[in-house]
Amino acid sequence: MTADTEPSRGKAVARAVLQPIFDVLAGLIVSGLILAVIGVDPLAASKSLVHGAFGYPEAIGYTLYYATTYMFAGLSVWLALRAGLFNIGGEGQIYLGGLGAGLVCVALDGMPGIVVVPVACLAAITFGAAWAFIPAFLLAKRGSSLVVTTIMFNFLAAAVMTWLLTAVMIKPGQAAPETAEFSASSWMPSFTSLASALGISIANSPVNLSLILALLAVAGGQFLVGRTVAGYHLRVVGGNPDAAAYAGIDAGWVAIFALCLAGACAGLAGVNEVMGVHHRLILDFPNGAGFVGIAVGLMAGRNGWGVIPGALLFAALAQGSVDLMIDNPRINPELVVMVQGLVIFFAGALRGQLTLPKLRAAR
Amino acid sequence: MSSPAALELIGIEKSFGSIHANRGISIKFAAGSIHGLIGENGAGKSTLMSIVFGMQQPDVGAIRIDGRTVDFPTPKAAITAGIGMVHQHFMLIDRCTVLENLLLGTENNFALGKALAYGRKRMAELAREYGLALPPDTRVRDLSIGERQSVEILKALYRDARILILDEPTSVLNAEQKERLFAILRTLRDAGKTVIFVSHKLSEIIALTDHVAVLRQGRMVGETATAETDEAALATIMIGGHVDLGRIGGAAEPGEILLEANGIAVCNPQGERKIDNLDLTLRRGEIVAIAGLAGSGQSELLQALAGILPIDRGRMSWRGQAMDLRNWRAKSLRALGIAHVPDEPRRFGLVADFSAAESAILGYHDCKPAARHGLLNPRAILADCNAAMNDFDVRPRRPDIRTGAMSGGNQQKLLLAREMRRDPELLLIGEPTQGVDIGAVAAIQARLADMRARGKGVLLVTSDLDQIRALADRILVMNSGAIVGELSPDQATDRELGLMMGGVTTKSRAQISG
Repeated sequence: MTADTEPSRGKAVARAVLQPIFDVLAGLIVSGLILAVIGVDPLAASKSLVHGAFGYPEAIGYTLYYATTYMFAGLSVWLALRAGLFNIGGEGQIYLGGLGAGLVCVALDGMPGIVVVPVACLAAITFGAAWAFIPAFLLAKRGSSLVVTTIMFNFLAAAVMTWLLTAVMIKPGQAAPETAEFSASSWMPSFTSLASALGISIANSPVNLSLILALLAVAGGQFLVGRTVAGYHLRVVGGNPDAAAYAGIDAGWVAIFALCLAGACAGLAGVNEVMGVHHRLILDFPNGAGFVGIAVGLMAGRNGWGVIPGALLFAALAQGSVDLMIDNPRINPELVVMVQGLVIFFAGALRGQLTLPKLRAAR
Repeated sequence: MSSPAALELIGIEKSFGSIHANRGISIKFAAGSIHGLIGENGAGKSTLMSIVFGMQQPDVGAIRIDGRTVDFPTPKAAITAGIGMVHQHFMLIDRCTVLENLLLGTENNFALGKALAYGRKRMAELAREYGLALPPDTRVRDLSIGERQSVEILKALYRDARILILDEPTSVLNAEQKERLFAILRTLRDAGKTVIFVSHKLSEIIALTDHVAVLRQGRMVGETATAETDEAALATIMIGGHVDLGRIGGAAEPGEILLEANGIAVCNPQGERKIDNLDLTLRRGEIVAIAGLAGSGQSELLQALAGILPIDRGRMSWRGQAMDLRNWRAKSLRALGIAHVPDEPRRFGLVADFSAAESAILGYHDCKPAARHGLLNPRAILADCNAAMNDFDVRPRRPDIRTGAMSGGNQQKLLLAREMRRDPELLLIGEPTQGVDIGAVAAIQARLADMRARGKGVLLVTSDLDQIRALADRILVMNSGAIVGELSPDQATDRELGLMMGGVTTKSRAQISG
């Protein structure tokens, strides 16, 4: 019996690992063709992209900083997808999570970091979850379309934050719509400062302890979905709602639970941005991360660990494209968005559609 | 020399990984006859037919039509060559009309007008020729199951099929619809068509076919003229042993009342009242069967008793204790010892994307051995699934296989294992043997009889009247959401049951004669 099952299990694992790589390569190859058409050498371009993302210590730090935010955002989308729900509201939940963290930092300004940082993280979780709760509640109790409500909540979040930052929380006596800088004790410690405290000198970059938090969150999310009864409920509702009714699982509550969890994860992305990098509340700090999270969450498929390589990929594209644009004046930010779009197209929308015969047999 | 066979398969071999589904099958199908193809689940019937219809390619072997070797890379090629297939699950678009469904794929023009006019003319011709009259402008969703199947047959004829394959066509039909289907198939045969009838119901094979071929474990193990064999002989070839079709198990010893329903009313999710003012008593040590024409409310009754559909009026009690209707929900019922095998297993009972092991704990996932303190225990879940698979002979014995990749019969066995192995006080069971092969049917029926012998209660809802007669101690007949009569198994002749299921009760007959 085992002799029978082993090879096919090996194949299934190979498929789970190789398929996304294959999809991403397909996206990059098509991007390369388009770059060639506009007169950019695709090989040189990919070289400067990789160098820009991983070629020197500072670049690695920046890539990891982007990856942190994308991990939270991707995990958020992935968790909701397990329950069969499409959370488009990551952008707004990140914004509100950052607000929660920022409010705590402003209110407890000057208190020791050991107090401020955990409280601010809890506030980010609560604000993110609360922002997801309203669409979730409307879905569970009234059947409102989640896609519509979460998109609307993105706009609401942007409007609320603009008002808060221009009229309420703005630092007195300045024109820019942002709060005063928090005192250094309430910053999320960066790896640079942690290393220098240990007497090691590493390159200056915004990557901070939130990265560890993000990795823990991914591990926690994967454990929750795969190994707990609550996660089982999530997957039954996502896999077959009729079977959930049969098993006595309340699909409405599961939807609320899953989306609040998703909102909490997205909220933590706000911690990385607000407490780890900007050290103040500014306008538009989510900067589309909620939408990148959709691609990351879709690419991960069934396995939560897949969020990590997905986040790294998009972080590398985001950071590496800076060098790419410096090296190639023909490449502008819109072209970088196009490359991202092609990767999302092949790895998300066409996931597993293009495949090698050997991979297909393992299905 | 006789004329070549309408369809001939020569040495067909097909493997899927380590599973050898067809092993050198050679068979001839003559024009103007009805051929039965029988075999257990997984004997290779469906694989063979999907090869004939171009959905799969054989590893080795050839297909000949009228003596010419053909190659079917796609179903389209098979259709062009004159092969039509009626799938077990209909391939119709519910919201389109009969005519639109017929045309699908044959329109040929940008504008539909011409095709519609031609289709209407062809429909009238086909109706004349084969007695298959259907309303062209009715939407498929408004047709009965039997009529939908006729649409499928018409679709094949519309594409000039000369060879018609029907895959388990009677599994969704009631007795009356089945007779009508048989009449249609006989007309087609007399018109010179070749009909291939795939089934595992022996009585149908005997009643309908001219020739019969038996598959076992991917091989042809018998082929004969139907007139020269009988059910017992076929069953023996099919499973290689004798199958008893008589009364199963000992007599009932009705004990304590387990469940009592008084005047309950239930609506389906669309809000239509499906059950009104129904009374029901289930005791220990007896098997109570519900019989009825399809759509008489049996499914809804099963779902309501199992806590899926809410009961909105009436009284429910469990072992003498009155229950709040709001608490009569799936979640709390398992704790009372009520297990439920739904009559639509794929819809309610399993999650296609889960591994077999994960599907095998559904409903029991939050208690031991599957979970403790809210955490799943993968090792215990695997061990439980392995034991269940051994116990109920689920194949393949692989807890990690995707539930959706298992055959229907094995999914059903996994589901039965989950619900029966936990030794419930009361088992609510719908269509217990659907899709499972005849050898497993006997084992499942024996388990139900065993539950009765051990003083458990069973409510059996099935369209299989033979099964009801073999197992039930009391037969309740349902018609339009109410129980219209009760019979003992020896009173339950086809005639008596048929009349009651059609709503003609003893009382109303007495009134007519009196």
